[in-house]
Amino acid sequence: LGAISKIALLFKYLKENAMNVLKTSYTTIGAIALTLLLAACGSSAKLDNAAVSDVKPKLVEQVASAKADDSKLAQVATGTVSSSASEGRKIEAVNLQTPPLLVTPPDGARTIYFDYDSFIVRPEFQAALEAHAKYLNADQTRKLMLEGHTDDRGGREYNLALGQKRAEAVQRALSLFGLGAGRVESVSFGKERPAGTGEDEATRAKNRRTELVYK
Amino acid sequence: MHDMCRLGFLHLVIIATVKFLKLLSKDYRYERAKNVIFPMALPLQKRMHFQHSMSFQRHLKTLRVFSISTAAMFFLGTAFAQFRVEVSGVGLTQTPIALPAFKGEDIATQKIAAIVQADLERSGQFKAIDSAGLTYDETSRPVFAQWRTRKADALLTGSVARLPDGRFDVRFRLWDVVRAQDLGGKSFAVNASDLRLVAHRTADFVYEKLTGERSIFSTRIAYITKTGQRYQLWVADADGENPQAALSSSEPLISPSWSVAGVQLAYVSFESRKAVIYVHDLATGKRRMVANFKGSNSAPAWSPDARFIVATLSKEGGSQLYAVDIAGAVEPKRLLQSQSIDTEPVVSADGKQLYFVSDRGGAPQIYRVALNGSNAVGEPERVTFSGSFNISPALSADGKSLAYVSRVGGVFRLHLMDLNSGTSMALTDTDSDESPSFAPNGRLIIYATQMNGKEALMTTSLDGKVKAKLNASQGDIREPDWGPYQK
Repeated sequence: LGAISKIALLFKYLKENAMNVLKTSYTTIGAIALTLLLAACGSSAKLDNAAVSDVKPKLVEQVASAKADDSKLAQVATGTVSSSASEGRKIEAVNLQTPPLLVTPPDGARTIYFDYDSFIVRPEFQAALEAHAKYLNADQTRKLMLEGHTDDRGGREYNLALGQKRAEAVQRALSLFGLGAGRVESVSFGKERPAGTGEDEATRAKNRRTELVYK
Repeated sequence: MHDMCRLGFLHLVIIATVKFLKLLSKDYRYERAKNVIFPMALPLQKRMHFQHSMSFQRHLKTLRVFSISTAAMFFLGTAFAQFRVEVSGVGLTQTPIALPAFKGEDIATQKIAAIVQADLERSGQFKAIDSAGLTYDETSRPVFAQWRTRKADALLTGSVARLPDGRFDVRFRLWDVVRAQDLGGKSFAVNASDLRLVAHRTADFVYEKLTGERSIFSTRIAYITKTGQRYQLWVADADGENPQAALSSSEPLISPSWSVAGVQLAYVSFESRKAVIYVHDLATGKRRMVANFKGSNSAPAWSPDARFIVATLSKEGGSQLYAVDIAGAVEPKRLLQSQSIDTEPVVSADGKQLYFVSDRGGAPQIYRVALNGSNAVGEPERVTFSGSFNISPALSADGKSLAYVSRVGGVFRLHLMDLNSGTSMALTDTDSDESPSFAPNGRLIIYATQMNGKEALMTTSLDGKVKAKLNASQGDIREPDWGPYQK
């Protein structure tokens, strides 16, 4: 168990480090820092590679039993432990032993941008989404609207459906950080509310987005 | 019996004359002669088929000049040029008709003959003949010879007079110039505000007499304008004129859809910062939410019995099609289960087919599925196969034609598919066409496009050869939906 908590602490340290690096400047990120960032903020697949495989089942047991034994306490403390399901979340549960208590929504990105014809949340936005999920899980009174948008090409209704797909992609990413579906509503404005008007690619890239709006 | 003998004799004369002319002249003169002589034996309606080669050749030369000059007139705002009617290509069948100004119409606020002319020209089936310098007396028979020399096959005469109670007395009569026949007329006593409607009804009379088909000039259209940050829903005459605002909002409005009876509009409003479907009673202005579920609610399409709308809801995740009860008595019924986007539903006029857009095959294409009441029956079948991006289906009332927007080479163009043969063709050469809608008689399509950096509404004939741009007062004009026949 001691080894497990050491690993957990190490991850926590790496992750906080990575977050700081992300906040200060991308240009200073070296190859090692990038690896750490991906390990800390990226998908669970990366974590699997880093973690000692035979330790994992015990970790699962530990989290599960903690949930069963003391679910009330866990809920009060973090609000998210009870909803942890994926392996990525299990790592989160360890971090949340000392949850950062946010009083205002995080300063991180409120707008998630997408590539052309794409609905994939790019890795660079994962850290920001995690911060939003944490905040919402800490303050159960707040709710989040996810507003999907598209660029100006094509029909209004089909773009509305594409924007909906972008909003729901962000909702899925947030759910991986433990945010329940009841806390968030995904809607779309299609191409009706562009961030900027213009037919150049830079403008269109700014318009392909999901905005996080707190209620 | 006597008539048939006469017709037979005339036919012989025609053949003889044509042969004689053929000997004397070149081919084009033969064409000309055939068109001048042969139609005389037929009623005007049937003669139309024989007009196109001549009338088109006659106007081919003036065509380029015509488009330039009409564009100029459009900006000058003359009464004649309330539309910019563009004619392109060959093979047009257009009846030449003379429409001199109605006698005394100077006293009226609307130029009746000009409105009738714009209606008829926009249909693509008529060609206005210049009547400058020619006069008529509406109380007696026209001097047909003078109209024949202008190559008019039909003549509309009329008058406008002020009644003692302040209303206007509008009368018209339609003449078959070639056969020197009276084809009937009507009279109206109306307020100034109804003069445009009278003009549209006059155009309806002419169209129906001469084509034998039902006319759409007195129907209405709905559309959305965006001026600055102001969005407005309008109901206007079929020519885009006489607009009346039904709704004004600071948030976007899209997808207006006429109920079958033409008394209500369903549409999507973002007034609560999300897409919500409303049904709006036009006469009373009363509106209510019919779909405000979690997520987006959009793309309303009426069932023919007006008991439900098919709409795209995302309440269970993804954009999926539901039958939404208008009365709100029952929960929306999911019509199809897919992992893909399903949207832009269209219910056929007989209520038996549901067309929609889906990217279930990887890219958006138009599909259809059988409907039984508000239930989808069987598996959807794909309808569009050419092109990798086909959206925004619209169905003609007879269910035979499908208008849609296809992305070809990065631009979005209005296309028309013959559903029997499956063949389709582009109707425009513009780059940003959107939201087509058929006139109730299926002879015209209205659609949104971009011209000179502004959103505009256009109508086109089904062959794509006659197009007209509707007037927009200010700002962008979009999302047209053509309403049903009016009582």
